[in-house]
Amino acid sequence: MFENLGERLQNVMSKIKGYGKITEENISEMTREIRLALLEADVNYKVVKEFIENVKQKSLGEEVAKSLKPGEMFVKIVKDELVDLLGGEKQDLNVIGNPATLMLVGLQGSGKTTTIAKLANLLRKKYKKKPLLVACDVYRPAAIDQLKQLGRELNIPVYEEGKEDPVSIATHAITYAKQNGYDYVLIDTAGRLHVDEELMQELKNMNQAIHPQEVLLVIDSMTGQDAIHVIEGFHSSLQLTGAVLTKLDGDTRGGAALSIRHLTHVPIKFIGVSEKMDGLEEFYPERMATRILGMGDLMSIVEKAEQVIDEESAIKAAKKMQKGNFDLEDFLEQLNQIKKLGPLENIIKMLPGASKLGLNKVQINPKDMAHLEAIIQSMTKEERKDPFIIKASRKIRIAKGSGRSVEEVNRLLKQFDQMKVMMKQFKNGKMKMPF
Amino acid sequence: MGMFDKFKNLFQKDQKEEAEHYHIGLEKTRKEFTSKLNLLTLKHNRIDDSYYEELEDILIQADIGVNTVMQFIDQLKDRVKKENILNASDLKEVIVDEMFIIYVQNQIIVNKINYSENGPTVILFVGVNGVGKTTTIGKLAYQMTSQGKKVLLIAGDTFRAGAVEQLVEWGNRVCCDVVSKLEADPASVIYDGLEKAKNENYDVVLIDTAGRLQNKVNLMNELDKINKVIGKIIPGAPHETLLVIDATTGQNGISQAKSFQEITNITGIVLTKLDGTAKGGIVLAIKDSVGIPVKFVGLGEQKDDLRVFDIEKYIYGLFEEMDVEK
Ligand SMILES: Nc1nc2c(ncn2[C@@H]2O[C@H](COP(=O)(O)OP(=O)(O)OP(=O)(O)O)[C@@H](O)[C@H]2O)c(=O)[nH]1
Ligand SMILES: [Mg+2]
Repeated sequence: MFENLGERLQNVMSKIKGYGKITEENISEMTREIRLALLEADVNYKVVKEFIENVKQKSLGEEVAKSLKPGEMFVKIVKDELVDLLGGEKQDLNVIGNPATLMLVGLQGSGKTTTIAKLANLLRKKYKKKPLLVACDVYRPAAIDQLKQLGRELNIPVYEEGKEDPVSIATHAITYAKQNGYDYVLIDTAGRLHVDEELMQELKNMNQAIHPQEVLLVIDSMTGQDAIHVIEGFHSSLQLTGAVLTKLDGDTRGGAALSIRHLTHVPIKFIGVSEKMDGLEEFYPERMATRILGMGDLMSIVEKAEQVIDEESAIKAAKKMQKGNFDLEDFLEQLNQIKKLGPLENIIKMLPGASKLGLNKVQINPKDMAHLEAIIQSMTKEERKDPFIIKASRKIRIAKGSGRSVEEVNRLLKQFDQMKVMMKQFKNGKMKMPF
Repeated sequence: MGMFDKFKNLFQKDQKEEAEHYHIGLEKTRKEFTSKLNLLTLKHNRIDDSYYEELEDILIQADIGVNTVMQFIDQLKDRVKKENILNASDLKEVIVDEMFIIYVQNQIIVNKINYSENGPTVILFVGVNGVGKTTTIGKLAYQMTSQGKKVLLIAGDTFRAGAVEQLVEWGNRVCCDVVSKLEADPASVIYDGLEKAKNENYDVVLIDTAGRLQNKVNLMNELDKINKVIGKIIPGAPHETLLVIDATTGQNGISQAKSFQEITNITGIVLTKLDGTAKGGIVLAIKDSVGIPVKFVGLGEQKDDLRVFDIEKYIYGLFEEMDVEK
């Protein structure tokens, strides 16, 4: 696979450290890396050009030149710029209306039906009000069945008239909702190409007939450079009020988000993160920026860690790490904290540099964790503080004490070393370590 | 154009009607791509850095894939030097030629379905969510029944709401039998279906599977299990495993191809939704880096919207209006 930008930037940054200062030459080396990374993330090629120009300008400014850590400063500029392009603040849905109507549109296979069911579920939870789903995809085989099954699963009613005219179904549905006290009407439409004039006209007619509060474009996060054509096509016919980016639980970088936000100013309001009915989340530009850059979804890790980890011990550990005197004692304590985090693989994979160390493919078995614990517990305090002193005879003793093999003791010590390497990468960031 | 002529003959010519249909589907694609290339030629009469830069942009916009594009430009530069090509209009043919070489390498690419010598031929369809697996099965079933084959469909997507009903509806539409089972796991439906196919002498079995993102370990393992079940009931099957890829897919297509290839032996790609504005260039990157060729393309939602992929048409078709618009 490609090296991600996080890794690329780290390479260039260590070079800059060698130079001690930032020059036009190493800026263009860095921007070249960023260009490749952004293109690999499917960011629109025009946006990439503009972006690189802006970053260049800013980096040549005084602030960076004076900074003690020009490399880090540069990375910060890149990230801030990206967050900016993604639209700083998150935007809420407009669900005022009696009933409030929402229409979901998009290409075939982008995930409209699943998304609309999730959205109804989310609205019901968040506002404690009554949603009605409306089946207006009268073209794709079994699309109505699909929505009805989801409605049944969620216990949310579905309005349908079979394969009738979608515009009149939508109109009838609103009357029905008014008469029966529904607060939200969510309309599922058939997937269509933005260049299909006949079907686009149908959507325009529907739009004019029902004047929905929200017209949301559902777009697949794996979309490549064509994203801009799709978005512009739908936007010019329907004046979109927002977008939903789906299938972000995959390993795509999701650069299409930038095409939506920066080129059309349509705000992204939600992201789809699983096939399950609770897999719809609000959109946070900051997180998306980190993802597009491939620097690991640090924000999410930190947040998740914060929820379960004892703050104080994490801070203590982080401080020690920064000073470089994190020892096995701390490791043991953090190991206990980590157990509360859930599947460790998921966390590790999100860390920057993980793939370089081959950690992205690790499968961690809870049993292994218990073994690690046993090994560390068999060490003396002294040994935990300074693992360096653990040589052959001590290893044999520790192995015996913990009921594990010397090999395993060795592996642990090696892993601990690797961990320290990884920690160094966090050293200068403002984020706290999850372990 | 040495290389080009050599490979040209490897491809079987389709009927005229089919060629035309294919071209109608590709028309939007081709116009934008070629008119851009023409503009480029008009703008630069010399081949310089800015020429290459703009060419690079055009290729990137077609989703061809960053690495492949870089490699392509390098090869092009080499050739321009070697053959001492001086003006931009002479370069157009060379561009087509080099793209062709990137795809074909020096292999012989066969687009035909690998039919089993005895017993039913089993074709498994895999891919991420919403790319067009079920629809492609409907279209291919239509093609095969029209050729007089006895085709059975198996509804192996027991996960997504409405998936079984969707395939059953396709079965009705194209007059094929469908084996399905509610609330079962995929392996058990497939087992039933393959037994039926063996006992009742079907020629072809098309198996639908649930869409799965390639980074989901459990779902990918399920696919492995499905494969083993198939091989146990009919040794040597599946005879084809087709990965369906949506033409709008960007760079993630490479990851899709790699991950699915790791689990199953992908024998070809079906590139769907080529009737939109997307160019599907990621298949060139996939062929280049993972080695999987495209076998079919989808050009719409109707039963007769499936075509055999022809690289010559795909690439040459993109460029053939080059001289017309001058
Ligand atoms: N325009 C166009 N639409 C297509 C093409 N192939 C499939 N579609 C449409 O894309 C949508 C999704 O197709 P499906 O066949 O349901 O996709 P799938 O891969 O089976 O989806 P899941 O089972 O949900 O993973 C449907 O609306 C199809 O009609 C094509 O070549 N062109
Ligand atoms: Mg399907």
